[in-house]
Amino acid sequence: MRAAQRSDVSTGLRSVSMAWSLFMAGVAAAQPVALQAPGAFDAIQDRQERSRALFVEAGKVLQSPRCLNCHPKGDRPTQGADMHPHEPWVVRGADGHGASGLQCTTCHQAANFGPSNVPGHAMWHLAPASMAWQQQSLGQICVQLKDRRRNGGKTLAQIQAHMARDELVGWGWSPGGDRAPAPGTQEQLGALVQAWIDSGAACPAP
Amino acid sequence: MPITLNVNGAAREVDADPDTPLLWVVREDLGLTGTKYGCGIAQCGACTVHLDGAPLRSCSAPVSAAAGRKLTTIEGLSSRAAKAVQKAWVELDVVQCGYCQSGQIMQATALLERNARPSDRDIDQAMAGNICRCATYQRIRAAIHAASKQLSA
Repeated sequence: MRAAQRSDVSTGLRSVSMAWSLFMAGVAAAQPVALQAPGAFDAIQDRQERSRALFVEAGKVLQSPRCLNCHPKGDRPTQGADMHPHEPWVVRGADGHGASGLQCTTCHQAANFGPSNVPGHAMWHLAPASMAWQQQSLGQICVQLKDRRRNGGKTLAQIQAHMARDELVGWGWSPGGDRAPAPGTQEQLGALVQAWIDSGAACPAP
Repeated sequence: MPITLNVNGAAREVDADPDTPLLWVVREDLGLTGTKYGCGIAQCGACTVHLDGAPLRSCSAPVSAAAGRKLTTIEGLSSRAAKAVQKAWVELDVVQCGYCQSGQIMQATALLERNARPSDRDIDQAMAGNICRCATYQRIRAAIHAASKQLSA
């Protein structure tokens, strides 16, 4: 086979391979990620170990892009499954609702909007800087969650209520458009966090 | 379905599906074509209007969001800040092709109505969502500063 023909064949194969990878990635992205119920961890005899395992399971939600994108380190949110910097450049502002001249509500409305593919919720805003989760390990997030100086003064019960019932948190499971929802359901997350608390709220290693 | 809007101070009724992007209603039902379609995905700012005085990307809001609220388009700007912005834009010859400029003016006006003396950083942060392919950014910045001086005079 001449060199030009070999080149054509290999280019063609690369294209097919890339198309297949994209297809499979699309298939993978479309599959919702399940969360195990607290009962699945009953077999772990050691209470602390069971508690840590429950938090690791809840961590599938906490460290999903749907949550991390609005818990950034620094002033700029990220977006997308790949968590690239939010386009356009927007900042936290004084209270997490954006700079005074470019608030989140300039673009983000009370509900997801199909024609523009812009996600929305009535309470759209960033978590405070003290609740930055990006670039933190799950163990560090766990310690941060329990620290009342950094979690908005919440008790563990209030943390559980926030995870289980807060409506903006709940948006993570109904993100609209082509955005993958957070794993499981908000109810399942609430149950895992409750079970974690009931087993002593132990944190994974930092 | 019929929806009544308050557009530039006047009541206007349109017959539109409540989920229709506000931009389409502004341009096609109301005939106010000063507001532009640039991208349709809230990435360019050409569609910026004011809703109750706050900037809004009209491509990303349903017309139902404007019902019962005060909608202002580029055709209807009349505040002191708006006049200062328009004067500065003319004096500094900001415009090249003009396509982005109604959005730029709407956004700049909203900034100055909130912060009459914006710093360069404030301008960066407020205007970051308004793109200009002719790259008139330096003139936009200078015009905002000039308008700010006018407002403080």
